[in-house]
Amino acid sequence: MSERIEVRKTYKLFIGGAFPRSESGRSYEVAAADGTFLANAAKASRKDARDAVLAARKGFIAWSAATAYNRGQVLYRVAEVMEGRRGQFAADVQAAEGCAARDAQAQVDAAIDRWVWYAGWTDKLAQALGSANPVAGPYFNFSLPEPTGVVAASAPQDSSLLGLVSVVAPIVAAGNAAVVIASHGRPLPAITLTEVLATSDVPAGTINVLTGDPAESMPWLASHADVNALDLTGIVDPELAATLERDAAGTVKRVRRPERPDWYGTPSLSRLRGVLETKTVWHPLGV
Amino acid sequence: MSFEYAPAPESRAVVDIASSYGLFIDGQFTEPADGGTFKTVNPATEEVLSEVSEAGADDIDRAVLAARRAYDEVWGPMSGRERAKYLFRIARLVQERSRELAVLETLDNGKPIRESRDVDIPLVAAHFFYHAGWADKLEHAGYGPDPRPVGVAAQVIPWNFPLLMLAWKIAPALACGNTVILKPAETTSLTALAFADICRQADLPPGVVNIVTGAGETGRLLVEHPGVDKVAFTGSTEVGKAIMRSLAGSTKRLTLELGGKAANILFDDAPIDQAVEGIVNGIYFNQGHVCCAGSRLLLQESIADEAIDSLKRRLGTLRLGDPLDKNTDIGAINSAEQLARIDSLVKSGEDEGADRWSAPCDLPERGYWFPPTVFTGVTQAHRIAREEIFGPVLSVLTFRTPDEAVEKANNTPYGLSAGIWTEKGSRILWMADRLRAGVVWANTFNRFDPASPFGGYKESGFGREGGIQGLGAYLDAEAAS
Repeated sequence: MSERIEVRKTYKLFIGGAFPRSESGRSYEVAAADGTFLANAAKASRKDARDAVLAARKGFIAWSAATAYNRGQVLYRVAEVMEGRRGQFAADVQAAEGCAARDAQAQVDAAIDRWVWYAGWTDKLAQALGSANPVAGPYFNFSLPEPTGVVAASAPQDSSLLGLVSVVAPIVAAGNAAVVIASHGRPLPAITLTEVLATSDVPAGTINVLTGDPAESMPWLASHADVNALDLTGIVDPELAATLERDAAGTVKRVRRPERPDWYGTPSLSRLRGVLETKTVWHPLGV
Repeated sequence: MSFEYAPAPESRAVVDIASSYGLFIDGQFTEPADGGTFKTVNPATEEVLSEVSEAGADDIDRAVLAARRAYDEVWGPMSGRERAKYLFRIARLVQERSRELAVLETLDNGKPIRESRDVDIPLVAAHFFYHAGWADKLEHAGYGPDPRPVGVAAQVIPWNFPLLMLAWKIAPALACGNTVILKPAETTSLTALAFADICRQADLPPGVVNIVTGAGETGRLLVEHPGVDKVAFTGSTEVGKAIMRSLAGSTKRLTLELGGKAANILFDDAPIDQAVEGIVNGIYFNQGHVCCAGSRLLLQESIADEAIDSLKRRLGTLRLGDPLDKNTDIGAINSAEQLARIDSLVKSGEDEGADRWSAPCDLPERGYWFPPTVFTGVTQAHRIAREEIFGPVLSVLTFRTPDEAVEKANNTPYGLSAGIWTEKGSRILWMADRLRAGVVWANTFNRFDPASPFGGYKESGFGREGGIQGLGAYLDAEAAS
């Protein structure tokens, strides 16, 4: 009996809850760490980036209006669905990063746990970061954290799944919508994640994933007037990072600079704070 | 029957303005290296008040060095408990010298003494008092168990609330353990220089607070100096963007408090007369030189005519004139340059077809003045509805439904503040939830408090000043979890 020929998957973008190819028709070859061919990933264009922002703006309206309890359940659901596909994610990570099977599994488990951690934050942020303020006057004065809006992010280049989740989860846990560009060289675990997102009750447009070269896509996002914040975590070239930061100044975007932390460490609130605004309300007292 | 008001000027004998001032660096007034000076004038009379030094590159080097040394050797290692006591001292000194500071502010800025005396200076003291208490309690502020200062902070402030903006910048920075170099606006340096004397009286260690005077170039040299860890800027969106660009690629932290074009939304159930007082306070307070001013009035259609009539009637009773007079409501425009900007935007409003009405009042012959002005028939496309005028000019638009009010209010690149006038509490909270603005005032406007965080959404900047949230700007990124 001859060996079965595997059915290979076409890897596409994830925009507005759908899986389109790049409108440009372009793709690029993704190789495993050992150089063998894995797949052709879609190479996102300017139009794809703009479509993703449009989808994210729509997604933001629905996602930010959902209750914090609901958002927490949806993000926990992502973890649940990932848990059922641990093996597939581990194989993807191992192929992408060329690491030992054990290490790949550890990364997948940490990524799932990270969703759980952030899922639990959705209905605590207002209490941890908000306040009732004792002003000297007849007002009830309170401050609440609110999502900043659409956040464009470059996922880490090395940590293909845990790094990606560590960047995306705080953006959406805070109530924002995300446009994220997956690791250029290791995009496949990100695409597998989009299949989970599509089946986890995450509203369409809340998370949009592009594959391709961040050096090509990020400048469009950095200068896009409907993007509120820019996360440069995965930008390796300092010159490019500086250029993107300058472009972001055009509409005073909130910018997170590049970094390569140990993704296995316990996160701080820093990523959540970076995509939250504080709104203060002066409500009158009186009869 | 009309009432005449006898003049009731506040005495200026309480202030002693030197003929010239140096730069306050490392605890001493020193001459600028290149000897540059400029004049500061009273905008109500165009009288020259004093000559102020213009800090150049060498001076900025010295100031940064002094701030760094003070940070490394004195202020950084000092316990929060000791830092707190210095800040409490400063708060008390401001209270003790409050009348002097109020008169000096009014002379240099042109704002009515009633405002500098009753609003600006009391809030300055309150800001130091509030933040003093934080200095030894930072581990309870939610930024991790051992939050650390950022280091040396470069702070650039505007001319509209000179000493108050200084307090908003210096008080949290010092409470968190940073040292500062502050550049006041070129037209309003005098109260910052008086504050240097308060630092002397407080025995604040040399170099913890440095005051460098000058114009835009001095500010640029300061924020771009490689020895600075943190930049805090309040001013125009245009300059804020330029600073953001200049810091791109560096490791410097940045907070920006920029312009605004706030909507003040009046519903048909609000008591009109009370609301009109709030609208007047929203846009004519401080001659409209307020980044969070309620410069777009959104009137529910059914009460628009009545509200406009009431507003015009009230504006007719405002008294414009000598800022030192205790009965004055509207003082002088801060500079000839700002007056020209207001003139040009008002002209654009007329040219684009909006209807201008200005309160009938005599403008003094000398100094810079602009009468309280209202534009009706304004559309969202008009420049006077989109651009920050920073003057006593109100643009009136109308709406029918709460949804339309929200949409119009949010239709701006800015997002600093908003106002809601209604008797209905649930509507206040419904509206507040939907307005994309950092501060929402309900049935009031232009209230400030050190415990209440202030700052914008969108192109009005990022970061907060005041409250527990404001501390984050001056605590280290890693520790500030």
